[in-house]
Amino acid sequence: MRFRTESSPHMIPAHSVGGVMQQVLMALVPGTLAMAWFFGWGVLVNVVLAVLFAVAFEAAIVAARKRPVMATLGDNSAIVTGWLFALAVPPLTPIWVTLIGIAFAIIVAKHLYGGLGYNPFNPAMVGYVVVLVSFPREMALWPAPDTLSEMSLGLGQTLQTILTGSLPAAMDWDAITRATPLDAMREGLGAGRTVSEITTNPLFGTFSETSWEWIGNFFLLGGLYLLFRRIIHWHIPVAVILGVAIPAGFFWILDPDSFASPAFHVFSGAVIIGAFFIATDPVSASTTPLGRILYGAGIGVLIFVIRTWGGYPDAVAFAVLLMNMVAPTLDHLTRPRIFGRERRGPPPGDGHG
Amino acid sequence: MNPTLTEIIRDGLWHNNPGLVQLLGLCPLLAISGTMVNAIGLGIATTLTLLLSNVLVSLIRDHARPEIRIPVYVLIIASIVTAIELAMNAWFHGLYLILGIFIPLIVTNCAIIGRAEAFASRNSVPRAALDGLMMGLGFTGVLIALGALREVLGQGTLMANAHLLFGDWGHGMTLQLYPSEHGFLLALLPPGAFMAMGLLIAAKNWIDSQFEAEPSTTDDETATATEASPDNA
Repeated sequence: MRFRTESSPHMIPAHSVGGVMQQVLMALVPGTLAMAWFFGWGVLVNVVLAVLFAVAFEAAIVAARKRPVMATLGDNSAIVTGWLFALAVPPLTPIWVTLIGIAFAIIVAKHLYGGLGYNPFNPAMVGYVVVLVSFPREMALWPAPDTLSEMSLGLGQTLQTILTGSLPAAMDWDAITRATPLDAMREGLGAGRTVSEITTNPLFGTFSETSWEWIGNFFLLGGLYLLFRRIIHWHIPVAVILGVAIPAGFFWILDPDSFASPAFHVFSGAVIIGAFFIATDPVSASTTPLGRILYGAGIGVLIFVIRTWGGYPDAVAFAVLLMNMVAPTLDHLTRPRIFGRERRGPPPGDGHG
Repeated sequence: MNPTLTEIIRDGLWHNNPGLVQLLGLCPLLAISGTMVNAIGLGIATTLTLLLSNVLVSLIRDHARPEIRIPVYVLIIASIVTAIELAMNAWFHGLYLILGIFIPLIVTNCAIIGRAEAFASRNSVPRAALDGLMMGLGFTGVLIALGALREVLGQGTLMANAHLLFGDWGHGMTLQLYPSEHGFLLALLPPGAFMAMGLLIAAKNWIDSQFEAEPSTTDDETATATEASPDNA
């Protein structure tokens, strides 16, 4: 009787890359639908366009690099990149902005570095920052949430706006766009008003704006699903949220008139989706337990710092990219002890590795 | 040991290009290449400096003691740059104001003292002059390519503000390729300069690799092309 000797690895991972990305996509659905509920068809149109562009660019660049196209597309990572990009940009973003952003995300940020697994920066956030820095006018046009706006665009009008970059006749941007809560807070504080004056505006709900709170809740739901399925670990999301909330709370207690409450910070803008979906990118994030906590906390603190004293109203993308740069060093400094070995060097009583 | 004239030309313009291969003088290269006119202005100033400094350094190469040669080179280059700065202030005042600190900073361009030390101090005056001219033209070429790329992407124009360089008839030289309100702002910002520079270097390496891949046919072509060029020059 023969016993076959199997070489390692003996434990086959429960998730393939494509499977993990599928779970992430499923977890994005509730938050995306909530965004579409509040901001209209544009969210869904953008998601579809961005995903199509991302897959097309991925196929083209993979073919140009003479790699197997279908196998690479099967990992679904381009879909996730496109989807996250679409959620980051305003819902009525012109199509050419999406095209440029996705081109940068897939070609420059991902494949010039060697493709999935080699990119030091989160591709979706690179694409978003490129268009955010390059086209500030287009990136500032957040429509008023449907529940508050008097006019809302139908699917046809939304498509027309996105494809041509100009609104249907008899509408103008001032009528349908409005400052996001972060913009309103920033401008209000800049104009010398106090936080309580700003938040008496009917647009503000319990913590932030009603729409953003609910969008945050639904992304939180998706994030908890990912935690439950063990696609992501708890370290990064918890560290990001605490990283925002603790410094925000400290300054809020010191001076509640000049600094927004920690709950406002957590439930405004992109903190929830950033904590669960963007910062947890397995390629560009830190991979050790302690490293993940430091990485997440760094992102959270940077979000608070840039929002409060920086030049942009929201900062999740900048914070993630900045911490992406630090992640390899964090991994190096926080290497866990290998089982059977002491923290440094060989296992006890054995000179050889 | 001594390179032929063909090699001097080929090195300066391509194989040992100060911008793409030696990566010298990156600070002015990246900072000033926002528009083509700025790039041409700085390119001409740098080329003139390289030409004159190489000639002067070559002239005194037997007289300067080796111990003090570097300070002597620095003095020569600084004098030339000062003269060029005054000349630009007099005749191209608008461009002078735009280029600002980067004209005096030509002094610190490593490509210039690099050529003085590595080439001019060991070669005769005509060869040093040719080397300075070709290195300068190679640098200018990279500046112009980068400037054109960034200007087209960033503000949709080519040769904007050409009147600063060419006088009044330069107004007609500006090409508006697309409305500038949709300009790709990143291309005008410092990160865009780094990315465009990286793409140019990659393009050069790719072209080189294409020539290496097919040695049988292309070598003959390049050989004839470069042999023909000194006569043309």
